[in-house]
Amino acid sequence: MSQSVMFMIDGVQVEGRAGQSILEAAGEAGVYIPRLCYKEGLSPHGSCRVCTVMVNGRPMSACTSPISLGMIVENDSPRVAQLRRDLIEMLFVAGNHFCMFCEKSGDCELQALAYRFGITAPKYPYMFPKREVDASHPDIFIDRNRCILCGRCVRASKELDGKNVFQFVGRSAEKRIAVNGEALADTDAAVTDAAADACPVGAILKKGVGYVVPVGKREYDDKPIGSDIEAKRPAAGS
Amino acid sequence: MVSTSDAKRIVIEPVTRVEGHGKVTILLDEANRVQQARLHIVEFRGFERFIQGRPYWEVPVLVQRLCGICPVSHHLCAAKAVDRLVGGESLTPTAEKMRRLMHYGQFFQSHTLHFFHLCSPDLLFGFDSDPALRNVVGVIQKHPDLAKQAVMMRKFGQEVIKVTAGKKIHGTGAIPGGINKNLSIEERDALLNDMDQMLQWSRGALRIARDYTLQHLEEVRDFGSFESNHLSIVRADGALDIYDGGLRAIDADGNRIFDHVGNQAYLEQIAEEVKSWSYMKFPFIRSLGPEDGWYRVGPLARINTCDFIDTPEADGARKEFMALTEGKPNHITMAYHWARMIETLHAAEKIRDLLNDPDLQGEDLVVKGEKRREAVGIIEAPRGTLFHHYRINENDQVVMANLIVSTTSNNEPMNRAVRKVAEQHISGNAEITEGMLNHVEVAIRAYDPCLSCATHALGRMPLTVELVDHEGKVIDRRAKD
Ligand code: SF4
Ligand code: FES
Repeated sequence: MSQSVMFMIDGVQVEGRAGQSILEAAGEAGVYIPRLCYKEGLSPHGSCRVCTVMVNGRPMSACTSPISLGMIVENDSPRVAQLRRDLIEMLFVAGNHFCMFCEKSGDCELQALAYRFGITAPKYPYMFPKREVDASHPDIFIDRNRCILCGRCVRASKELDGKNVFQFVGRSAEKRIAVNGEALADTDAAVTDAAADACPVGAILKKGVGYVVPVGKREYDDKPIGSDIEAKRPAAGS
Repeated sequence: MVSTSDAKRIVIEPVTRVEGHGKVTILLDEANRVQQARLHIVEFRGFERFIQGRPYWEVPVLVQRLCGICPVSHHLCAAKAVDRLVGGESLTPTAEKMRRLMHYGQFFQSHTLHFFHLCSPDLLFGFDSDPALRNVVGVIQKHPDLAKQAVMMRKFGQEVIKVTAGKKIHGTGAIPGGINKNLSIEERDALLNDMDQMLQWSRGALRIARDYTLQHLEEVRDFGSFESNHLSIVRADGALDIYDGGLRAIDADGNRIFDHVGNQAYLEQIAEEVKSWSYMKFPFIRSLGPEDGWYRVGPLARINTCDFIDTPEADGARKEFMALTEGKPNHITMAYHWARMIETLHAAEKIRDLLNDPDLQGEDLVVKGEKRREAVGIIEAPRGTLFHHYRINENDQVVMANLIVSTTSNNEPMNRAVRKVAEQHISGNAEITEGMLNHVEVAIRAYDPCLSCATHALGRMPLTVELVDHEGKVIDRRAKD
């Protein structure tokens, strides 16, 4: 059993284990820290910054920062929320996210975060980038219009599937997700791969699934994202 | 002949609407005689380009963005085409009945909205009446019961859509080869609670429309009316069927031009003509050619083309309707309202029957078979026959889309109605009044074109009317908003 580490989140004492990240330790204690590029079972990436918390007054990404004894973490505060809201809004305008007809709607982590943060329309201008789709694979569809460059597919392919189907190419505004071949059909990607299930948005989809889950039954239709984690929190006073 | 340079031009320009926007131009000579009257509709065809490259299963949801007025019609029409793309066109009973329920809900709410909010002011107060009263607010003041019914009926239709499509607007219910949910007992019972009331109000609305037509027969018989062909789909046994069937076209005397034409073969019978002065195409029946092959669609056409209606009350109403013209097609433009209310009662009867059908609680929702690369879906939308035609590539992406919406089919008929009313009510008058221009709108509204029925207008059709001389100088201006 690894060593217990006590630290504070939003004024509450939390017990974690040595080596855990702030995001993981908080999650076990029922404190939800928003995240996009982090996915349980994959190595942390620290790229989306949506998990940003204030650690002893300085911004750090909770998914990559380990806990330490006596650490003071600020997670649920107006200034942290504002920062995260700005990041989420930027992700929206940087891609082409048309939730109204996206089949991931209701199951999309980006959309669910926007709802959780009360974002109705982003304050930044839409950039309407030109992005490519890749429909070549018989079972998997890539729509880069919706990619938020979280890298979950890249890590899932490497770490879980033992393949190397996805990787990033290009820099800054030109950065995009690429496949290890001319098109996805040339790779060894399979619909059973963990990578095919790793995408938080509607950028990597299984073909022909579409809108099979009715409105009302989708993941985030009736509970905000993070509710499952918050449900683990011990009731106040207990 | 008066040349254009001696003529004045009246422009009636409704505000931009969801499916495009339209304006009426009436060209007058020095003596205010109508030289030319045209309805221009700027059609939104961007969709057909936007959809290129999108995966086929997205289309039934995506296509609803085309129209904020009757998105369910586009949703279901695209779904019918996509069913064929996945070889799933023989739906399970639960899937087909859920879709039908959705469609009848859409008819009910769309027809009710159109009749009460947009047309009842003209019918209740008169085309020439004080425009300050002739609007939905006037209806609320003078006929509060009717106004309340209108709101409740629309809401009921929206609830039907919600339990079948998941949302009141832009839902996802129809998926390739089926439906994504069945109807729960709670959803069913909530609707059944209001069912008798809805039937009763539908009967009342039908009475208003019928009585109006019969009491004003002399006035409306000729108002914007003309003989025409009519087109709709009908069931294999000739019954009115708004969800599925073969194409039937009849001529002005009721003779069949073609019958039970399979949806996939529509192009063998229908072609589209382009005219220099309009962005909108003019569809026509091939065998008759562009001159004579234009046709009407929508409630009037459907009641004219079908042999019977398979719900008893609506069929009784249909017989009464057909008796007026001794069984021959009815060509009265204003009779669209009466036909529309027959369909509203039919939709209510159908909703009642479906709610009582245990198939709606079935669990078998989707079928699939051999994939195809090309498919056509045809459905009767509230405003008339709707065609969706798609082709996909080997990667499941749309490479071709062609849509013929009902407003396009009614393009030529609406132009004729405008011309006729302009000649009847505007030509030769020294002063052009608001009431005269309203006559033109009344005729267009009878067709319920998408351009004039946006709900934001709340029963009014905001217009700018300008009299412009040949040098483009505005010499008179009338605005209504
Ligand atoms: S495709 Fe999906 S999983 Fe991959 S980087 Fe883009 S958003 Fe992340
Ligand atoms: S979840 Fe931590 S940076 Fe993305």
